[in-house]
Amino acid sequence: MSKATIIVGLDGGEAGHRALAFASGQAKLIGDCALKLVYVIEWSPFSFQTSEENDQRHKRREEELSLARTRIMDPAVKSVTDSGLAVEGIVKHGDVADILDDLAKKHSAQQIVVGRVGLRGLKERMFGGVTGRLAVASSVPVTIIP
Amino acid sequence: MNKFLTTGLGAAAASALPAIASAQEAVGMDQRINDIFAGSTGWFVNLIFMSLPGTNFPWIVLWLVVAASVFTIYFGFIQIKAFAHAISLVKGDYSDPDDAGEVSHFQALTTALSGTVGLGNIAGVAVAVGIGGPGATFWMILAGLLGMASKFTECTLGVKYRNEYPDGTVSGGPMYYMTKGFKERGLPLGGFLAIVFSIFTIGGALGGGNMFQANQAHAQISGIVGDYPGWITGVIFAVVVFAVIVGGIKSIAQVTEKVVPFMGILYVAAALVILIVEYDKIGWAFGQIFAGAFTGLGVAGGFVGALIQGFKRAAFSNEAGVGSAAIAHSAVRTKEPITEGVVSLLEPFIDTVVICTMTALVITISGVLVMDPATGQFILNEAGTSIQTIDGSSGVQLTSAAFATGFSWFPYVLAVAVVLFAFSTMISWSYYGLKAWTYLVGEGKTKELIFKLIFCFFIIVGAAAQLGAVIDFSDAMIFAMAVVNITALYCLMPIVKREMNSYFSRLKSGELKKFVK
Repeated sequence: MSKATIIVGLDGGEAGHRALAFASGQAKLIGDCALKLVYVIEWSPFSFQTSEENDQRHKRREEELSLARTRIMDPAVKSVTDSGLAVEGIVKHGDVADILDDLAKKHSAQQIVVGRVGLRGLKERMFGGVTGRLAVASSVPVTIIP
Repeated sequence: MNKFLTTGLGAAAASALPAIASAQEAVGMDQRINDIFAGSTGWFVNLIFMSLPGTNFPWIVLWLVVAASVFTIYFGFIQIKAFAHAISLVKGDYSDPDDAGEVSHFQALTTALSGTVGLGNIAGVAVAVGIGGPGATFWMILAGLLGMASKFTECTLGVKYRNEYPDGTVSGGPMYYMTKGFKERGLPLGGFLAIVFSIFTIGGALGGGNMFQANQAHAQISGIVGDYPGWITGVIFAVVVFAVIVGGIKSIAQVTEKVVPFMGILYVAAALVILIVEYDKIGWAFGQIFAGAFTGLGVAGGFVGALIQGFKRAAFSNEAGVGSAAIAHSAVRTKEPITEGVVSLLEPFIDTVVICTMTALVITISGVLVMDPATGQFILNEAGTSIQTIDGSSGVQLTSAAFATGFSWFPYVLAVAVVLFAFSTMISWSYYGLKAWTYLVGEGKTKELIFKLIFCFFIIVGAAAQLGAVIDFSDAMIFAMAVVNITALYCLMPIVKREMNSYFSRLKSGELKKFVK
């Protein structure tokens, strides 16, 4: 068991890469530090679905998980492992901010690192963005990489 | 039950004076479709609605009420006992976070609700109150409360005996508990019941799940833009439904599924506002409902008429005991089938006890039913079949007129709501029908396509035919499903009881816990 744990939020894009690069650098400085890479598939148990979507749901879920693992998580985990850090990849369905915070608590992490996705205009004002919500609700320090 | 024929809404369309020759031909075509349809289904309707010897009480109504009462007593008033737990389950308190991404209780419930909340709550209630008077509401609420126990029984079984295929998809419903459940209990005829049930389900999908919807959607649209031949609405609806279920254009269905709940909320909100504005009449309206429930207040058929209408329309609206919900609920992710049964209790409650009652109260308070001020009794129409209304309307147009007394613009909103409700109910029932069809003929692209084409064709028939003929056929098919389904539920209810006792004792002992965040 490592002394320190950092939770890194991936988004399958540039922002996630930046977060991962920063967190890897921090982990090396700390020395004995584990990284938990997290990719969240946006999903709400309170959405409305058709009967057909429901009976396909389990199948779709498996497909979504395996796609996220092969396309996003496995390459990310591999790149960090190659640099000699202890790392674990986690893929889950749900709300990004909730899940990152839940995992931080579960693994007693010292901080959460996420990349900033540039939302602009109305969308940003209405929803505040994931990073904003995470910063407001998180129980551990959050580092947002611009 | 032929008396409904004279109250048809579509009669207005048929008697319209067409200005151009092509329209005249079209009305003639509507009439021909109606005649052929009424003529070929009449015998079955008569069989289902046959009265008990020496009375005018249809045996099928007794069948549903007795079943709902038996389940209520057998499961120890589960609808009251488990009500709070049902809400807790829907909130996700007992859902394993590791199952995130699977079908939740909330989703299974809302999917099933979008198949039931719809025209039954708007048009069906107006038919019940128009014929049976406000008293029909009392029996409707009672039927809704009792029906919760029927729903609990069938949805528990639906989840317990569903088929899970290697590719991860699921198929559930009465067909599966009839075959697998009967086998488990060593009972004969399970396979036979499943086949009969599937045939009736296809009929129900084409009737209440399709033609009734198309018919009332047309009545609503033509009420606003003026009379025009029904088959035109039918063709338009058929094309859109075809695009979704055959063309696989999911975006239309997904948009509908997202808009429909908001229409439902808007409908209830509008009803509430009308009730709040007219709050001084609410006491009087409930007085009418209770008095009418036992005396009939001069409606056709007296108190028995009110009772029959109330029970019939409740069953048609919430589908408790019919078996359709067991198909819709079976996709949920849960290790305990009983949890889905408990969640499904909420369905008749929301559908009938809340939404139908709102509609009935608005109709009663709005004064669209003509009453003799001297005697306090309702005045019947010329044919003596239903209560006279201020503008002679019935069905969804009566509801529309009632809401218009509060908001003059509401008929437009209601028209949009009716079209969307009709559409989402059609999509839901095309799925139920398809499940029954593939159970009978097997799965396969061509076989599924045949059913979908038949389904689209019946939309046109439904929009063109008159309300009376359509409503009779729809009722008959839905109730025929209930005959078979409830027979199976009686045979399998000990299994549900065993599951129920085991689940609730583990819940009590703390073995099953809420998941804390």
